[in-house]
Amino acid sequence: MSDVLTEMYEQTMAGNAPRVLELTKQGLEDGLTPDSILFDALIPALEEVGARFERGDYFVPEMLIAGRAMSGALDVLRPLLADTGAETVGKFVMGTVKGDVHDIGKNLVNIMLEGAGFQVIDLGVQVSPEKFVEAVKEHQPDILGMSAFLTTTMPMFKVNIHELNKAGLRDGVIIMVGGAPVTQEYADVVGADGYAADASTAVRRAKELIAVKRGK
Amino acid sequence: MHTVLSSASKQVTMGHDQPFVIIGERLNPTGRKIFQEKLRADDLSTINIDVADQVAGGADMLDVNMGVPLTDEPALLARAIQLVQSLTDLPICIDSSVIEALEAGLKVYQGKALVNSMTGEDERMDIILPLVKKYDAAILALPNDETEIPMLAADRMIIVEKIVRRVEKEGISLENLIIDPLAMPVGADPENVKNTLETIYLVKEKYGLNMSIGASNVSFGLPNRHALNASFMPMAMAMGLTSAIMDSRTPEVVQSVRAADLLLGLDPWGGNWISSYRAAQAQ
Repeated sequence: MSDVLTEMYEQTMAGNAPRVLELTKQGLEDGLTPDSILFDALIPALEEVGARFERGDYFVPEMLIAGRAMSGALDVLRPLLADTGAETVGKFVMGTVKGDVHDIGKNLVNIMLEGAGFQVIDLGVQVSPEKFVEAVKEHQPDILGMSAFLTTTMPMFKVNIHELNKAGLRDGVIIMVGGAPVTQEYADVVGADGYAADASTAVRRAKELIAVKRGK
Repeated sequence: MHTVLSSASKQVTMGHDQPFVIIGERLNPTGRKIFQEKLRADDLSTINIDVADQVAGGADMLDVNMGVPLTDEPALLARAIQLVQSLTDLPICIDSSVIEALEAGLKVYQGKALVNSMTGEDERMDIILPLVKKYDAAILALPNDETEIPMLAADRMIIVEKIVRRVEKEGISLENLIIDPLAMPVGADPENVKNTLETIYLVKEKYGLNMSIGASNVSFGLPNRHALNASFMPMAMAMGLTSAIMDSRTPEVVQSVRAADLLLGLDPWGGNWISSYRAAQAQ
């Protein structure tokens, strides 16, 4: 592997955003393909960050700055990747439900999804049912992810799924839910397709669900 | 400004000239899978242990939250409150985001409770404040609204002002309003705790109101959380924080609070500090 890619991998893991951006530009000038930068440096770095986080060897701030470092590089790579027509792992629309302003968990999941090669469209917090429906219509994601941190806002999962049903969009999209008080049982009750307790598991689950859907 | 909370037989006073009020945070099933499963199976026995641990650790009040998904939260919270009141005379902070649960808790509570919580959203204040008035309780209010949690102290103060005016309009004495200056994880943004400290300072300067905070949140996602929590408390207290919903089972954290009481002149001549030292020696 080239020195640039090795250093990019290390600096992404260290969360050094300015250096990762420099290296991305330098790598492109040196003739590295956007694909190679993404799949040989950035994604492996974020996978390792996620694995360490899961083991308890990495902590929230380390994960956030690694994600930020990757995002900076992705901003440069995204238009180039679109040109090459490379297929993304999947498209994910994500948001925290109406009535809920918690976003740290959601942001961690976004980081791990982007780190795994997903295209993530983040709708932010306090996302109304109408906004979820609009976003699914507009972006046609593989997966819609909904986050809730409160027992009072969790029922919005069901409301949102109902609205998607009414709009005739439910069957075209995989729905995943998560958040501190959410359980597999609750996800089943509201009619979601998937649940994960943490960011790394969410990525694995998302990939499994997409594989099943595309296999059909 | 003094806020007096009570059980049937015990009073606790919050104030800027009073020792800090530690509200034990442990009676909360969020993130506690086994506790959740037990509560869902109608087994409340964990509460006995959690009450005993927190009382022994030095809590002045106990927060009671029974937010278990797919249960009858109002009924569960009412039963939990009755159980806790049978186990200890510490006053209770009734914690739910479900209005019906708050009311069910207030109905069975003996004494003057702290209601946790409401935001600066009009529709929440419209429903919760009449309850607070009806049951002569105190209310913990968070300076966020329907759009977001403001990060800057100045933005939080705009919502605090709105809450203060609304509480006055309801005819509730400001002694019964406790502001939560919002503790956010420092691991998520390096400025988070600075903004909290500034909010505490401004609320004290401008309104002299009592304040309570979910203190353990500052260390979320970081290693060695006890040390961070223990460091945060004296800083917040020096700015004017009068209470926290916090870990009352870890001696390191509780001691940092009691030491700050003494250092800030809230434990004159070290009476509490010395007597708890003697009690520990005698064991």
